[in-house]
Amino acid sequence: MVPRWRQIQEQIVASQIWKSIFRVGVPNTNRKRVLAMLGNVVLHLHPVKTRKSGVKMRYTWCAGGVTFFLFLVLTFTGLLLMFYYRPTVEYAFVDILDLREQVPFGIMREVHRWGAHAMVISVWIHMFRVFMTGSYKPPREFNWVIGVLLLVMTLMLSFTGYLLPWDQLAIWAITVGSNMASATPLIGIQGPATGLLKIGDIPLVTSTNDARFGLLGGRFVGAGALLRFYVLHCVGIPLIAAFLMAVHFWRVRKDGGISGPV
Amino acid sequence: MATVEKQVPSPSAEVLADGLTRRSTLKWMTAAWLGFTAATVVGLTATVRFLFPNVLFEPPTRFKAGDPSTYSPGVDERWKEKFGVWIVRNTESIYALVAVCVHLGCTPNWLAAQNKFKCPCHGSGYYVSGINFEGPAPRPLERAEISLSPEDGQIIVDKATRYLYERGQWSDPKAFVKMV
Repeated sequence: MVPRWRQIQEQIVASQIWKSIFRVGVPNTNRKRVLAMLGNVVLHLHPVKTRKSGVKMRYTWCAGGVTFFLFLVLTFTGLLLMFYYRPTVEYAFVDILDLREQVPFGIMREVHRWGAHAMVISVWIHMFRVFMTGSYKPPREFNWVIGVLLLVMTLMLSFTGYLLPWDQLAIWAITVGSNMASATPLIGIQGPATGLLKIGDIPLVTSTNDARFGLLGGRFVGAGALLRFYVLHCVGIPLIAAFLMAVHFWRVRKDGGISGPV
Repeated sequence: MATVEKQVPSPSAEVLADGLTRRSTLKWMTAAWLGFTAATVVGLTATVRFLFPNVLFEPPTRFKAGDPSTYSPGVDERWKEKFGVWIVRNTESIYALVAVCVHLGCTPNWLAAQNKFKCPCHGSGYYVSGINFEGPAPRPLERAEISLSPEDGQIIVDKATRYLYERGQWSDPKAFVKMV
């Protein structure tokens, strides 16, 4: 006689709910294992097969993986911080203090901050490893360029996040940093060839329509800059970075998998 | 062998389907692409323009700074917070120094005890005249246009017009107000 629990198990496995989720059945053959992975949106993000060399930590340092993990940590902690932080001149600084003093697990901001530092470092380590192992060479040269764009996005996330505490360090660091935008050719007020853009004696590029103004939403680092940097930090740049990451991981797969020792 | 004469229809008049000809198809596709391109250009222009507001809620660059007699000799900081300008009076004139460090754009401090302007960011130092003497600043502070109002004799400062020492502009009559 079949035991009762066996019957229940068979009923569950035969039910429509179970079969709609686990479509391949028990993955007890290589073919079924492949199908199980390809048929699952989460599992398919990982390659079906990983080469032995792909898990050699002494070769890859897992620096790219660490970077992606830190991006996920920063997304999660950043989302939590958004529940308390208000990007206005009136509240920004005190909200930062309150995040430490008045909120349970007051280390959330520190996790976000140190995670951000760690991500910048791990990106450079990843780049260094890829360079030293020659993994930028064809057919991976396109992915190197995507990687450089991701590096820029990481630094931009760092730069925009720097302003949000709204303390003296932040305001003056962004004042200094955003002055670089004034030196953009043609569209920065101090940039090369900008002086050529004028009608008669009237310059077309002024302090209220140049690249720096577009970045700050004002002539100096004020309320407009705080809001713009907040939106860029929380929405704009992460979206671009996530898209580039999708392309990056996709190309790793298409260019022959993670590089290994020759 | 007999050759068969075939009348080849003109390609432009060839009927594709539903009464469409190649020519009419090319016509509306050209129009569609032109329309799409124009809409894209308009949309992108509008998006960029959106980032530049019509009204700025910032202090004006031109302001009245009170009667010259209210300024005693030395550096006056009353407009620094609001307009970013020091009004300096010496024995024969009054001039307006823009309180923006020419190194990287921070706001220097006036250190009365040491009789100098000192930038907290990277340590640039300037004399009362605005001339740099220490730190990374590559040139002197800028002076703003200054004049007396013809109506009530008050000082008028216009930060939009700057006078640079290295171009010999500090002797320009609009770079200072003569005090008798």
